Amino acid sequence: MAKKGDVVINIEKCKGCEVCLAACPHEVLALSNEVNSKGYHYTVKVNSGCTGCANCAVVCPDAVITVYREK
Amino acid sequence: MAENLIKPENLVYEKTKVLTDRVMHYCPGCGHGTAHRMLAEAIDELGLQGETIGVAPVGCSVLAYYYFDVDMTEAAHGRAPAVATGIKRVFPEKTVFTYQGDGDLAAIGTAETIHACNRGENILIVFINNGIYGMTGGQMAPTTLPGMKSSTSPRGRDVATMGNPLKITELIAQLPGTYFVTRQSVHTPGNARKTKRALKKALEYQKLNKGTCFVEIVANCPSGWKMTPVQSNKWMEENMFPFYPLGDIKVPE
Ligand SMILES: Cc1ncc(C[n+]2csc(CCOP(=O)(O)OP(=O)(O)O)c2C)c(N)n1
Ligand code: SF4
Ligand code: SF4
Ligand code: SF4
Repeated sequence: MAKKGDVVINIEKCKGCEVCLAACPHEVLALSNEVNSKGYHYTVKVNSGCTGCANCAVVCPDAVITVYREK
Repeated sequence: MAENLIKPENLVYEKTKVLTDRVMHYCPGCGHGTAHRMLAEAIDELGLQGETIGVAPVGCSVLAYYYFDVDMTEAAHGRAPAVATGIKRVFPEKTVFTYQGDGDLAAIGTAETIHACNRGENILIVFINNGIYGMTGGQMAPTTLPGMKSSTSPRGRDVATMGNPLKITELIAQLPGTYFVTRQSVHTPGNARKTKRALKKALEYQKLNKGTCFVEIVANCPSGWKMTPVQSNKWMEENMFPFYPLGDIKVPE
């Protein structure tokens, strides 16, 4: 079974560009209905399918995502 | 399942310390941010943070010195390779890079680019090619594709009247002073990781004093191209890559 992972999203830094959504192989990420203080819809986790592959964090232009993976 | 994975021993990816905590001013989805991070990670992984000096350009990345936590200076428009030449000659033991857009490097700075590369200065030139002048409002650049719309070629670039796009990377690869020349992108995880590997190679080669290393990153400019970031990345794959194919152009023998 694939390893389990998790992401921490710095929502205040997120610009809602959706580049991370397109990069996630498990459709874990989506944009929120709410906006941050700059008015951007930010990325949120919508399921527990994360494997900690870090694809989202690697393509995020604003270094918003921190990734964890079980040992 | 309820197990909490968010603890230090499980950390696999976080922002490198070679980037500061400042929020970058780039538009949402702009490739500059990812390009910065790949370069910063390359510097970090090679342990070069304390000995690196960068030169920022004029263009959207004019404020790059706010984001890289290394010593940096700012050059007049297009003159970064000349400034980097001076820095590297005074401090030959330092790792020196320039970071430049296509308007900066391939238009106003063409002379500095070509002569620094021809002299074989031991510097790394990072070239962000988004085919447009992003900062000033999306004007046509030397790198704008045939038929590509910009604010100064609203019906598309007509090569008969506006000239041909300049493949400056292929051009400088012909010069004896260049040691490693490659073209990459940062729009997918795989491409971004490849770019970091290329940048690490280039930084390692600088220690050999064999000449100029030149890493082009074909990038998007969602605002200038008037597309969403995801659309712009797709457009880049379909239109920019056939004209600017990714891969190594000159590798050491
Ligand atoms: C001497 C001089 N000429 C012109 C300008 C106006 N100018 C500022 S940025 C720029 C072009 C930037 O385009 P590029 O290098 O492609 O970078 P990008 O903004 O797309 O990242 C120009 C022409 C200037 N600042 N200084
Ligand atoms: S780490 Fe991988 S699986 Fe988890 S959210 Fe990011 S891209 Fe998706
Ligand atoms: S790539 Fe980064 S800035 Fe863009 S939506 Fe995802 S987390 Fe936000
Ligand atoms: S104008 Fe283009 S190059 Fe400049 S920050 Fe915006 S998207 Fe990036």
